Amino acid sequence: MKVRVDAARCQGHARCYALAPDLFDVDDYGQSAVRGDGTVPHDREEAARLAAANCPEFAIEVIED
Amino acid sequence: MPRTEPVTDWTTDFDVLDEGYIEDPFPIWDELRASCPVAATTRRGRAWLPTRYADVTAIAHDTTTFSSREVGVVAVHEEEEEDILPYGLPPITSDPPLHTWTRRLLLPWFSHRRVEEYEALTRKVCTTLIDELDGADHADAAADYAQQIPVRVIAHILGVPEEMSDTFTGWVRDSLEFVDDPERRRRGNFGIGEFLWQKVQERKLEPGDDLVSGLLAARVDGEPVEDSIVLGMAMLTMIAGIDTTWSAIGASLWHLATHDEDRARLVADPGLMDTAVEELLRAYAPVTMAREVTIDTEVAGCPMQAGDKVLLSFPAANRDPTAFDRPNEVVLDREANRHVAFGSGIHRCAGSNLARMELRVSLEEWLARIPSFHLAEGAPVLWAGGQVRGPRSIPVVLR
Repeated sequence: MKVRVDAARCQGHARCYALAPDLFDVDDYGQSAVRGDGTVPHDREEAARLAAANCPEFAIEVIED
Repeated sequence: MPRTEPVTDWTTDFDVLDEGYIEDPFPIWDELRASCPVAATTRRGRAWLPTRYADVTAIAHDTTTFSSREVGVVAVHEEEEEDILPYGLPPITSDPPLHTWTRRLLLPWFSHRRVEEYEALTRKVCTTLIDELDGADHADAAADYAQQIPVRVIAHILGVPEEMSDTFTGWVRDSLEFVDDPERRRRGNFGIGEFLWQKVQERKLEPGDDLVSGLLAARVDGEPVEDSIVLGMAMLTMIAGIDTTWSAIGASLWHLATHDEDRARLVADPGLMDTAVEELLRAYAPVTMAREVTIDTEVAGCPMQAGDKVLLSFPAANRDPTAFDRPNEVVLDREANRHVAFGSGIHRCAGSNLARMELRVSLEEWLARIPSFHLAEGAPVLWAGGQVRGPRSIPVVLR
């Protein structure tokens, strides 16, 4: 599984960072980005789905294997 | 709250200052969503009230058709204010490009990293307030607690005396809660404006590590920021940072004081706190922001004219059954929660990290020390509303 953040949609709600700080980082302006290449470890797949399901801007895409 | 003519037809004559709406807007939104999802009114000028999640968020994202130059739920036309604040309170009352760079100056003050630094102070404010209750068996969870917290944190960030908290709270209430009382609103805005103008001048001579000093030291394309913009941004921080979060803390405590099973569950399982905070924000989102229509347009079949107001009820969007299962229930462990309590699009509340931390810490400290409490019988809960909805008095029995 991989996650992607659409930088144009992200408005800095930072829900992804709160729910999965190991998968997402957030800068001083609130902009979120995936850590590394966005690969999600098996045991963090649920956290990745939760992050997507809590983004009010629909900016997170979960790409299932 | 000054009385207004009670509303009998919500579809064509709504009024967000109606007492019934302020106290219990939820059935009104449900009915509107089902029968007339974009309500209209001509009270205090032409205005529209979308109640569906999809419409509210779509309008919030279309900043070309829907301008932020007038975000008050009731129109104000005060030339004297425009003299001191020609740019309003950026970034909230501005559109790009002014919005873009002023917001960029403000955001780092409320970043995740910065907000962590404010957490210890917030916790100390909360524990001190609870200490001051001194084992009493009655308290006002709004006036004695919720109201006292965000104002002190904001005073710290702005570098203004915490001892003036009651004065700041009074000004901000005058500014936001009495929007149809021009005299009172002017008093609040002028109080804040004059006080912070003084601070701006002081910080120029003697900079500190506060937000006002930071804005004065900032350079945008090599140029300093105009005093009137620094003032507007400082005023925004005070106005938007006090009433709103206090309302969210108060509404959350009201919920726990009236829903014993939720209170007991959260006390027994503090691990629920993170989802509970989001759920309480969803269910009791305090803030409605307006937009001004810039060109004639149509939303859900409603003909909107340039100059009309559109009231973005984020609280109504948060109760839309097409966006949330069981929208009128507070589900403390709700997992999927795309609520828009902090708005949507480019005007997402710049202080949302701070507000979330303040709400979480204030609930943690209260529940740790006062795990058992309930609404006092016979004493009325007072709600304020319109722009910002929240309880102003919550008489509780502390067991």
